[in-house]
Amino acid sequence: MAETILSKKTCKEIDLWLKKYPKDQKQSAVLAALREVQHENKGYLTTELMDAVADYLGMSKIAVYEVASFYSMFETKPVGRNSVSVCTNISCMLMGSDEIVKHVENKLGIKTGESTKDGKFFLKCEEECLAACCGGPMMMINHKYYENLTLNKVDEILDNLD
Amino acid sequence: MDDKKINITVDGREISADKGQMLIEVTDKNDIYIPRFCYHKKLTVAANCRMCLVDVEKAPKPLPACSTPVMDGMVVRTQSKLAIDAQKSVMEFLLINHPLDCPICDQGGECELQDLAMGYGSDVSRYQERKRVVVDKNIGPLIQTDLTRCIHCTRCVRFGEEIAGLRELGATGRGENMEIGTYIEKSVTSELSGNVIDLCPVGALTSKPFRYSARTWELVQRNTVAPHDSVGSNIHLHVKGDTVKRVVPAENEAINETWISDRDRFSYEAINCDDRLHYPMVKVDGVWQQVEWQEALDFIQKELGAIIDDDPSQLGALVSPSLTLEELYLSQKLLRGLGSNNIDCRLKQIDFSEQVSTPLFPWLGQSIVDFEENQAVFLIGSNVRKDQPIINHRLRKAVVNGASVMVLNPVDYDFNFSLHCKSIVAPNDMVSELASVLRAAVKLSNKNIDSSIKKLITGVSIGETHKEIAQQLFNSENTIILLGNLSTTHPQFTLLRTLAGVISKLTRSKLGYLSESVNTSGGWLAGALPHRLAGGADCSKIGLNSSEIIAKKLKAYLLVSVEPELDCWDTNAAHQAMKNADLVIMFSAFQSKSVKDYANVLLPIATYAENSGAYINNEGVTQRFSNAVPPQCEALPAWKALKNTANCLGVDGFNYESSDVIYDEVINIIDEIKRDNYQDWSTNVTSLPKVRGLQRITETPMNMIDPLTRRATSLQNTRDVSDGSIHINTSLANKNKLSEVDMALVYQAEKEVQMTVEIDDRVPDNCVLIQSSHPSQIELGGAFGSIKIKRSKA
Repeated sequence: MAETILSKKTCKEIDLWLKKYPKDQKQSAVLAALREVQHENKGYLTTELMDAVADYLGMSKIAVYEVASFYSMFETKPVGRNSVSVCTNISCMLMGSDEIVKHVENKLGIKTGESTKDGKFFLKCEEECLAACCGGPMMMINHKYYENLTLNKVDEILDNLD
Repeated sequence: MDDKKINITVDGREISADKGQMLIEVTDKNDIYIPRFCYHKKLTVAANCRMCLVDVEKAPKPLPACSTPVMDGMVVRTQSKLAIDAQKSVMEFLLINHPLDCPICDQGGECELQDLAMGYGSDVSRYQERKRVVVDKNIGPLIQTDLTRCIHCTRCVRFGEEIAGLRELGATGRGENMEIGTYIEKSVTSELSGNVIDLCPVGALTSKPFRYSARTWELVQRNTVAPHDSVGSNIHLHVKGDTVKRVVPAENEAINETWISDRDRFSYEAINCDDRLHYPMVKVDGVWQQVEWQEALDFIQKELGAIIDDDPSQLGALVSPSLTLEELYLSQKLLRGLGSNNIDCRLKQIDFSEQVSTPLFPWLGQSIVDFEENQAVFLIGSNVRKDQPIINHRLRKAVVNGASVMVLNPVDYDFNFSLHCKSIVAPNDMVSELASVLRAAVKLSNKNIDSSIKKLITGVSIGETHKEIAQQLFNSENTIILLGNLSTTHPQFTLLRTLAGVISKLTRSKLGYLSESVNTSGGWLAGALPHRLAGGADCSKIGLNSSEIIAKKLKAYLLVSVEPELDCWDTNAAHQAMKNADLVIMFSAFQSKSVKDYANVLLPIATYAENSGAYINNEGVTQRFSNAVPPQCEALPAWKALKNTANCLGVDGFNYESSDVIYDEVINIIDEIKRDNYQDWSTNVTSLPKVRGLQRITETPMNMIDPLTRRATSLQNTRDVSDGSIHINTSLANKNKLSEVDMALVYQAEKEVQMTVEIDDRVPDNCVLIQSSHPSQIELGGAFGSIKIKRSKA
């Protein structure tokens, strides 16, 4: 069943990860598998996809749901195609990240944790430090870091996204 | 001194312990109490609740007793200020979010958190913030959730993973947002799911049927034995006044450990159902009248007396294998006293050939505990997970220890462990498959077998699966071959048994029967059979077996706790025989419209909770119990009703004052319960069955096996019931242009019935699976055999 739902590319990627772990511990690859599946599915996971991962790795479905719901980098509901996370941890906060968040919220007309109606932006509620304290305030958009932000710079970056 | 033994000091007491034991195991064994929530002796250690923190000398901080291995010379203080302060702090944290709604919580009074909060909680909370709230989930008809009360001990999650073998509950989200649930809306399906109710230390998971019906301190606990599967799980009945309010497991390491199946837990609902028969009833001129016991007995004396005087062999009795040993004994004593040997408790069997040479009783082949030691197990015709859940649990333990389980089944049943190999074939092909395994075993062992069998298996082909099964059985140390419920009910049961017997001999495996009902063993030992007397003595004049009793359309029938149109192998024949009879006397705890159509006398009897007696389980262990509540209204325990009937019919030797007296008599006759399935294996069958065309398979779902389970409302809302559909695989469905929205016309033995369609790819090609005891299929006839289906135009 999994093979029909997961793309060939995804399966290949998961297989690559599976090689790194002992044969009887396929579940070790669950994070990598979910990451890949989410990436292929416009940035979020569906129950069907999680079930397919469970099937592929020989895990119980609920165990995959647990992992997916635990880690903040996984989305289990549909979200906008550009994932924007503004770091609000201590270093960035001291450098004015609160103002950046407020600005992005106003600009996009949504609150953190929401997506724009046109499906273009998802303003993620970032819970963890993104480990770029030297460049604070910073944000991550689609896995790419943007550092030393100013309000103007934020406008420019967001305006240039598809 | 044993070098595995070490000494530790707990609260000033010198205690000897085994190396590697966890501290809490040692203290539990020595009656030193350490509070805990997440620790449970049957589950792995999670150490997440921290309630069991204790003060260990030389350790810089308190350590959790559940995950601290004991070490020689360890000095532990469970009551020091450090320990108590730590436990109080943990309690304070737990109570941050736990609601203080004990007065409206079903767990109140038996809640581990409530109990410990009395000792370790503070009077006033220091927290002013709002408590977290979790939305409840509907996880099926048996378990009520109230997840705001959950303290995340994860016992239920570990239970699913480690005991049920089916991970259905999980902890999703994290931190403040963590919750226990199924993530997607679904019912839990494990046959052992109800055990999480006992495991849950708080009121997050409670019994749905029991909800708000009593407070625990009003309940009285009485012990008995669960009346369904052949394991005989020990249970406590919780009684308020004269009403059984719920059932929980009683611990018995040798049988059910601390678990019981959902069937055993929730079937009590039937005790108080609307169908209960409260008074003796007699049908006069087609009208049912409620009468006194004496009137009913007088009626029997008159009507039955006339038939007996004429020809006693016109009386046949069908008795339930879930009656007590005493009742099964009295049933046959009554029948034989009246001059008839036509009595049988093997209701779902059809092949009785060579019944004379069968063992004393169908024994499990080894003790339940020993199941865990098996290295290879070959299951023939068994859905053991649903039919004998507790044995399946032991089997699963064996698999976890590395055992290989191999299966020959007519339906590809789900197992909660992985199978080494399986062969899923149509019922008739089961025989030839087994012949192939036997031939592979002959080749491996190079031993001689009886010529009749040699002839039978000449020329059968040996495939990889057959070879593998034979090899596993031959090469492993502890091995057993088990014949399950679907073997017993198979039209070639005797042949299956013979082939299995020879394989067991060649591969030095044990041979066991997974018997169907709680007292199947008791039925055999008490002589509730046409060919055996109590204790297994041969009967000089062999009576009619259950199939013949029906087929011969006798004049009078005695039914004890049996509903023939639902319980017998050929439901239609049974139904017709009852309708055709001059006199049907029914001892039953329940009434139904169907029964009232054909019966002439209804005598109300007690259910298991209202009865005293003994069950002999599948491993030959006798378990006695006494009644927890009095029988309802005019109902009598069946032994008493049988005794009164015998006395009014003038049969000698029925002066019993209690079930104990009957017990002494029958146990004295049985003498030793010889556990031995050995037979001199040979056969007079000369060719393997070859049937073309569609074959019917009949399974009895877990919650349809007896009148009690069929009337337990909550169990009837689970998935383990009959759906009244024909189950066919995709290819057969396509061939007949059937889909799940269609109705199918089903033909069997010149009868035609309309049934719904269920596409079920567990069913092999050219087979139709029908679930028994559903009103829609009563008219169809035999449980196995040829069948035809067609798309219904309507």
